[in-house]
Amino acid sequence: MAHDNKYAYTIEGKMALPYQYFAGATSSKFIVALRDEKKILAVQGKQSGLTYVPPRQVCDRTFEHLEDNWVEVKDTGVVTNFTVIRYEEPYQPMKPPFVIALIKLDGADTPIAHLVSCDDVGDVAIGMRVKAVFAEEAVNTILEIQHFVAE
Amino acid sequence: MSKNRNVGIIGCGMSKFSSHREEVNQPEMIFEAVEEALADAGITMDDVECIVHGNMELFEMVHQPDMWHALGTGTRGKSGVRLTTGGTTGATLACAADNLVASGLHDVVMAVGFEKLQEGHTTGGISNMADPLWGRKLQAGALTGTTALQMIDKFGEERAKACAMKHRVIMDEHAALNEKAHRCFNLERSFITEMMDASPQLVGELRMIHMCSQSDGACVVIFASEAKVEEWKKKAAWVHDHETVHREESIIFTEEKTTHRVSAERIYARNGITNPREEIDVFEMYDPSSWWGLHWLGEFLLLDGDEHLQMVENDEICINGKFPVNPSGGVVASNPIGATALVRVAEAAMQVRGTAGKHQVPKPVHKALASGFGGTMWSTLMLLSDEKLNLEEAS
Repeated sequence: MAHDNKYAYTIEGKMALPYQYFAGATSSKFIVALRDEKKILAVQGKQSGLTYVPPRQVCDRTFEHLEDNWVEVKDTGVVTNFTVIRYEEPYQPMKPPFVIALIKLDGADTPIAHLVSCDDVGDVAIGMRVKAVFAEEAVNTILEIQHFVAE
Repeated sequence: MSKNRNVGIIGCGMSKFSSHREEVNQPEMIFEAVEEALADAGITMDDVECIVHGNMELFEMVHQPDMWHALGTGTRGKSGVRLTTGGTTGATLACAADNLVASGLHDVVMAVGFEKLQEGHTTGGISNMADPLWGRKLQAGALTGTTALQMIDKFGEERAKACAMKHRVIMDEHAALNEKAHRCFNLERSFITEMMDASPQLVGELRMIHMCSQSDGACVVIFASEAKVEEWKKKAAWVHDHETVHREESIIFTEEKTTHRVSAERIYARNGITNPREEIDVFEMYDPSSWWGLHWLGEFLLLDGDEHLQMVENDEICINGKFPVNPSGGVVASNPIGATALVRVAEAAMQVRGTAGKHQVPKPVHKALASGFGGTMWSTLMLLSDEKLNLEEAS
């Protein structure tokens, strides 16, 4: 059966929903150390033995509090997985093609998601060694590390 | 009504309710309530099989918050369910948790309700409830002055206004006894006349002072099967029944029964309650404003005259009165929306279990009633008791 959409209206809409996000004391301490001292902090579970980057207040495996057990990890690490973004749209952090990778920093047990800057995205591979490049201007997010580059 | 198995509430926890909780992120705030509920129940997360999570859609602009909140809820490696039914979300979480245990699917289920209203834009989120063609540009938000107008028409301006304001003052007196409450103003009864005229008007006679807060907070309630309650030798608040009634329309015709009255009629009929004022020992009501708190008291108790006004005028709803309502201070004191209706269930369970501390009602509590409310006119009731259901008799 053919559909007649001559008088089928479409309402055009746009949502604007402002929000703020309370980072909390634990995450904020990480950002401040990153911004002011270029240090990458982690929290360590005494029961689990795991070192978490980014930090978290509670271990979701053992439910032990972690927020008072800080250690420093290195600004170097290894790519454990990655994807290449090849399409262009507004609000991207870099001009495509670019790489978002999971990077396990030396001393950490959990990887963080971050950008890898490189001349050729074909060069990025699992197991690749990378090093953090810190942002020149404060942004108060994980983008205090501007991106990672090949070590 | 038939229920496969008895279900008991064995633990309750709440974060501190506040206008701002900058020092904790969302999963961290939830964990405060999780930790307290586990301690209250005397169990560990290993004992919990399933987590039912809920909050308001769009309020914090987080997609799939239940996944992200796993860091605080303990869902890792367990069954997880997300529910969102507007203001009734917390009550729906409790109903679902009861069903999940009663069905035999799980023995121990944790209901987690949360909201961080300060992080989002409440009216922006709520506006998306309405149909884009018929209603989205024509909304007044969550505030309505209709009830004030109707009560003034029915009972006279002076009496109705004084009663709504006294309801507000009693809730504030109760909030002073609850360390988790967001707001306590120490309102004084001697200033009722001044306050009811001086507070800024929101819609007609619905004034700022009558309205609930916008709060950040989380609530957790742990439901367990009868076998687990007995194995662990816990004091439980047994879930006797729950009922949800809603009506998807934007205009409420006054000649129709309210969803509150219909839900109450059904739950009383099923449970053999003929005189709720005598048979129920404490009522935790979802009262978004003092006008609604006052009006709905009459609806939930199936009253037709002015008895609910008298109950406020003669202090019957006070914590030490004959029919205590909201010894916690209610929703006008604390309103982290996705948690709010679960807080009502938690508070009712705490009264039955005798763990409400400074706001424990000073009389034996055998039966407690908790209500939830949300748009559009959702009404939910849960009936708790210190005695198990006789399943053979009930079926």
